[in-house]
Order: sequence, then C-alpha cells, then structure tokens
Amino acid sequence: MCLSIPSKIIEILPDNYAIVDTMGVKRKVSLDLMPEPVNIGDYVLIHVGYAMTKLSEEDAIESIKVYEEILEKLDEEEGKLHKEVD
Amino acid sequence: MENRILLSHGGGGEETQKLIKNLFFKYFSNPILEKMEDAAVLNTNSKIAFTTDSFTISPIFFKGGDIGKLSIAGTVNDIAMMGAKPRFLSCSFIIEEGFPFEDLEKIVKSMSEEMKKTEVKIVTGDTKVVPKGSVDKIFINTTGIGEIIYDGISASNLEEGDIILVSGSIGDHGACIMAQREDIEMESEISSDCASLWPLVKDLINSGVKIKAMRDPTRGGLSAVLNEWANQSKIGIEIEEEKIPIKDEVQGLCELLGLEAYTLANEGKLVLVVPKGEEEKALDIMLKSPLGKDSQIIGKVISDYKGKVILKSSYGTRRIMEPPAGELLPRIC
Amino acid sequence: MSPIDYIKDFRDSKRIKALAKLIQNEVDRPINIMEVCGGHTHTIMKYGLKQLLPDEIDFIHGPGCPVCIMPKERIDHAITLAQDENNILATLGDMIRVPGSKSSLQKERAKGKNIKVVYAPFDALKLAKDNPTKNIIYFAIGFETTTPMTAALIDKVLKENIKNIYFHINHVLVPPPIKAIMDSKEAIIDAFIGPSHVSVIAGAKIYQEIVDLYKTPVVVAGFEPLDILESILWIIRQFKENRREVEIQYSRAVTWEGNIKAQQLINKYMQPRENFRWRGIGDIPYSALKLKDDYAEIDAEKVFLDILPNEAIDDHKLCICGDILKGTAKPYDCKVFGTACTPQNPLGSCMVSSEGACAAYYKYGKVKLVKEV
Repeated sequence: MCLSIPSKIIEILPDNYAIVDTMGVKRKVSLDLMPEPVNIGDYVLIHVGYAMTKLSEEDAIESIKVYEEILEKLDEEEGKLHKEVD
Repeated sequence: MENRILLSHGGGGEETQKLIKNLFFKYFSNPILEKMEDAAVLNTNSKIAFTTDSFTISPIFFKGGDIGKLSIAGTVNDIAMMGAKPRFLSCSFIIEEGFPFEDLEKIVKSMSEEMKKTEVKIVTGDTKVVPKGSVDKIFINTTGIGEIIYDGISASNLEEGDIILVSGSIGDHGACIMAQREDIEMESEISSDCASLWPLVKDLINSGVKIKAMRDPTRGGLSAVLNEWANQSKIGIEIEEEKIPIKDEVQGLCELLGLEAYTLANEGKLVLVVPKGEEEKALDIMLKSPLGKDSQIIGKVISDYKGKVILKSSYGTRRIMEPPAGELLPRIC
Repeated sequence: MSPIDYIKDFRDSKRIKALAKLIQNEVDRPINIMEVCGGHTHTIMKYGLKQLLPDEIDFIHGPGCPVCIMPKERIDHAITLAQDENNILATLGDMIRVPGSKSSLQKERAKGKNIKVVYAPFDALKLAKDNPTKNIIYFAIGFETTTPMTAALIDKVLKENIKNIYFHINHVLVPPPIKAIMDSKEAIIDAFIGPSHVSVIAGAKIYQEIVDLYKTPVVVAGFEPLDILESILWIIRQFKENRREVEIQYSRAVTWEGNIKAQQLINKYMQPRENFRWRGIGDIPYSALKLKDDYAEIDAEKVFLDILPNEAIDDHKLCICGDILKGTAKPYDCKVFGTACTPQNPLGSCMVSSEGACAAYYKYGKVKLVKEV
C-alpha cells in the first residue's frame, strides 16, 4: 500500500510545487501537504505526486549506526568462535 | 513538396512516385532498390535467416533514437541473434494523413544512418497513407534477410552448467519510453539503448566462442527471454540479482512506479549463453566492443527448478523471476 | 551530499544477514506477525525475507491494499459512471485491473470508454482543463496515506472554482479492519508490523487502541528489508521483556502525531462512512470515509445517485481470502490459487493487486524455495 520513495528536493517552483530527484529521475511534486517549509537538498517522501514529510537524517544515521554495531558484534563473536575451534 | 503527408501520397500515382524518388531514394538508394521491379531479386551464398517486425511507438522521437532507427536496429538484431549477417530489408510505411513531411524525412534519414552501421540495404518497400485517426502517426514494418554465418543457435540448446551473459544495463529503452510518456510528468537523462548489435555479434563469432543461445531482450525484457529459455530447454536458470547491470535512473523509475527493470524492454542489448569455460573469453570480447562495454556474467543453467528462472540475492535468498504478464501499470497504492 | 543513501543503505546485504542472524539468536517462541500493509508484503516476498528467518516467525499478510479490498459494487459504480460519454473516469494505477461483478475498468477502456490512469490526483486538474465540456470523475482510492492528496485536490477544485470535477470517495482506514479480523476470534495473530506511510499522515498513535484491545505489539516499520527485519527484532524483544507497545522503527519519517496539516485537510472535507464492505472481510462499520454533506455538489455518489447500482455482491464462493487475512489459511491452501484465480484473472481480493497476499505468492513464491544454509 502507498508506494512512496525518498526523493531529494532540487528545485522549488512557484505555486507550492517542487522538483524532486529520485535516483536521477526528476518529477514535479506538490508541497501542499507539507507541514513545514522545505529547502533544496532536503529529502522528502513522495506519494502520488505529493511530498508528505521530510526525512530525518539524524534518525536515519542512527538506524545505520545500530545496524553497523550489530554487524561488528556478530563478526566479533564469530571471530571468537573460530578461535575456539582452532 | 507539401509539408504534410496527404492521402494522395499513398495513392500510387504521381505524388507517390515523387515521394519515393525525392525522399526514399535520396536516403535508401542502392542498385537493387532503384530497379523498381515488383520484387527484389537477391543473391545469397548460404542458409538464410528471415524475420519480420512492425514498429509502433509513442513518442516516435525519443532520447537515444526514433521509430526509424528502431525499425532498422530491431530487425537487424533479430537476424543477428541467429548468427546471421544482416543483408537485405524490406520496409513498409503506414502513415497517418497529415503527418509532417519534415518528421518523415527525419525518420528516413535516421534509418539510413542506422543501416550504414551494418551495410544492410532496403531493397523493396511500400507506402500507404491512411485517413486521420486510422493509425497513431506512423507505423513501420521491416522484414529482413541475413546470411547464416554461425549455425545452430537455438533457445532449446541450454544445458546444465552453461553460463549466461548480458551485454550491458537492462531496461534502458523501456524506462526511457515510460519516462517520456505524455501522461507522466517526469524528466530524466535515461536514453534508449537502441542500436544495431551485428558488430558485436560479428566480433563474438570471429573470436571462435561457442554460442549456444542468443537473444535481444526487447518487449518483456530480460525476464521474458530467460523464462522462454527455461521453458524451451526444460532446464532451470539461476541469476545472481546483484550482477544484473541496472542504471541508477532506471532503478529510480522502477522505484517510483513499482516496476521491475527486468521486465522493461531493451533495444540494444543481447543475452548470451556459452558453455562453461568459455564465459571469460566471451566477456572479454564483449567488453572490448562499444556495444558491450558494461557486459556482465549474470548466471548459469541449473538442473533444479526446471522451467523456472530463480533470482539469487547476495544474502542468500531466492525468488522466482516471473515472466512478464499484463499491462505495465504503475503500482501506486 | 547527504551522508545517507536513503535507499541503498537500507538494502545492504551484509547488514541484512547480520540482522537475520541476530533474530535467529534472540527468538525464543513462535510469533505470528501480520504485516498489515501490501507494501510490506511486497518487500517480504521480493527480498525473500521468510527464507532468512527462523521457523518461529511466520507472516500473515494483511488487508492493507486499497485496490484488493475494493468491493465489486464500488467498481461497478466506476464502470457505470464511465458508460456516459460525457464522463471521464480518472483513477490511480492498478485499480483499473480489478474486476467488478461483470467487467473491469481496463476492459471498459478497451471498449472505448473514457478511463484515465492518473499518476497523481492533481493530474485531474489538467484533465478538467483540457476537457471543459466533460465531467471528470475522480475515483479516489487509498488508505490514510492517499486520502490527504484527494483532500488537497478537493481544496484546489473549490478554491479555483473548477466546475467539472466530481469525487467518488473510497478512502479506507487501517485500524477498523485490524479490529474486525481480531474480533473474529479465529485470528492467530500475535503482533503487527504497522503500515508506516499511513502513519506519516495519521501518526503512530492510531495503533495504540490495537495494543490496548488485543495486547499485541505493533511496530511501525519502514519499507526497506532492513526496516522490516529490525521491526521483527523489536517485536521479539517486546515479548521477551513482556512489553506490549506501539513502537516506531521508521523514525526517520514517522512521528506519534503524524502530519497535522494533512489530517486537518481530510477532516475539513471528509467524515466517517457508516459502513463499507471490504472484499474478503465483509461489512465493517466506520471503516471508510465519505464527503461531508456540505460538499454534496461535488460528490459523485450523490450527483449520479440515480444511475449507480446499489446491490451488494458476494465474493466468489471458492475464494478463501477471508481466512488468509485472518491467518488461518495460506494462499496455497486455496483450491483455485494459481488455477482459476491468477493475477491476470483474479477471483478474490488477495490476487487482485501485485501487493495482495496471493498475487505476491504467485509472483515470488510459487515454487518451494530451498533455504540457504
């Protein structure tokens, strides 16, 4: 349901529209539903031609950090396991 | 000459003759065509490959090509995929009344330029003009004959262990056309890959690589070709998903519309099957050609999953690559 | 440049493997998880996530596909409206494939009826301008995510005084069908992955009543494979720590309150509908929205009342979509799955859109796929 994909604002147009870029494809979207002002460079979620919300870079970085920590910890454990086997 | 095509241009009379001589001969001229007999008389030295295709596309001019270039490359590629050197083409135009002459000339010129890349010739042709609304602008049919140079290529040849290669990024043509459709307001640099593949096929044949099967994945994309092979040869095919070359922009369009790149059309790519052990040599030849500079080994033929194509992810999961079906509709919800 | 790639960073195969491993390590009981949303079903099938997960984790694919759950009588409305050559019926994407009682919009379009697939609701404005003598009927579909876009279009139509656009509203809500499924008592669902694009608009708060009523964890999840895996981990941990909460995994886009501006716009023009009949589930009171009475003059259901059929139509007898949605059956259990019922010729709701449970199984999982050791 509700296909939506992160896209970057690359141009602000008159009448509350903007151009967004999704992996190199550019589309005109409406900003009528945005609760806050957007700037060029912001990432937003687009659904059927409208920007719905800004994406929080801080939260995204936090998620990735968690995944990387899980990865490191598992690698470490596996490393230990290999040593024990040796 | 009038700046629009009229019904009289297809009537067979004076206007038709003028159109043939002033436009078609100007760009397509060769001794066989200029004889203007009822049929072309051709000499060939070997077994022939024979194919036909009709081209309808909207928009008729797109990034990377137009309907004219497509009508040559498409038929040349179908011939080349059978290991045949493209020699002769027929060409039929069905044109909507009122079509701009200037656009027709652009199309014809682009056809002539594309033919120069393979020395193929148009040796016979036909033009019909139909009342406004009967066709969408212009339809072109080309039929082609090629001389078989490498015999025995077939969709039924695949055996366990064979290796599958693709000559570059997939879905470019389909994505380009999708992005330029009037009803989607989208802009992208995605360019159609429309190209005649014979030079690449010739290099492969000359290199001595053993070719078991070869196809250009046009409508239905990579998925249609692989599924057809799996069915015809009664084997399974395993593709490593991350090895399939897909341009970021094509992927972006797919993300936006909820589509899969491997169901989108290509017009300048080939998929190749070689026996195990020959893949590095084949890849080497392909990478050296401008038509195959992004070639990749993408998978192999397996004995499990007969009749199916399996996509293997880099993290160890498998799923089915379904044959394309139905209209490509964007998944919006 | 952002240091984050919002797409590729959340599909990284090393991280996917690591999270799957951690889930293997931590899971200590069987958990049936309903992913309510068709988009989540799509991700699970496309990335083969089930193959990475321990047997303890099972997915039940929910009713969150607005195309799939559209009852035949509503599609018959659309088809009826398209018969008048003064009308142009506009709708979104794969809606046109869904069969009504006798036909689909796609088939009607092939017969020459004026049916347009639009990519955004505001495309209807252009249709209205280009066809000033025709009525544009926007057949509005979608859950909470898509509703404000319709409201925004209504707002524009009224403000710009455009006289030839009408609205046929089929917007539906996520919590009511979840409650209907849970209240049926047969459902064997322990936890939910919550639709997050819905929550971008409506907030995560809408799921609190699910937790309160059924004591099931709800984790509002993003749509990339890592988002879903992390959400499963969170569900496992809620059970381990004996918590039952609404948690927001997709915090980069979802807040508790949601998009207030969008909510206000919806509330301005729409109100709950007394009843909506869900394909595969049946009647659910107040599970959908309709236009407020003040806007009767643009409400296609009122303006064209005289011609619209008003008969409820039952689901196909052999179809077991209702059981699939409750988790008591899998698509393979259905007698007509893949034979009489296929994506090209769907009988039941779950086969209709590519996001329906049956369609997803058909597309991605028809053959038994071996687990990688």
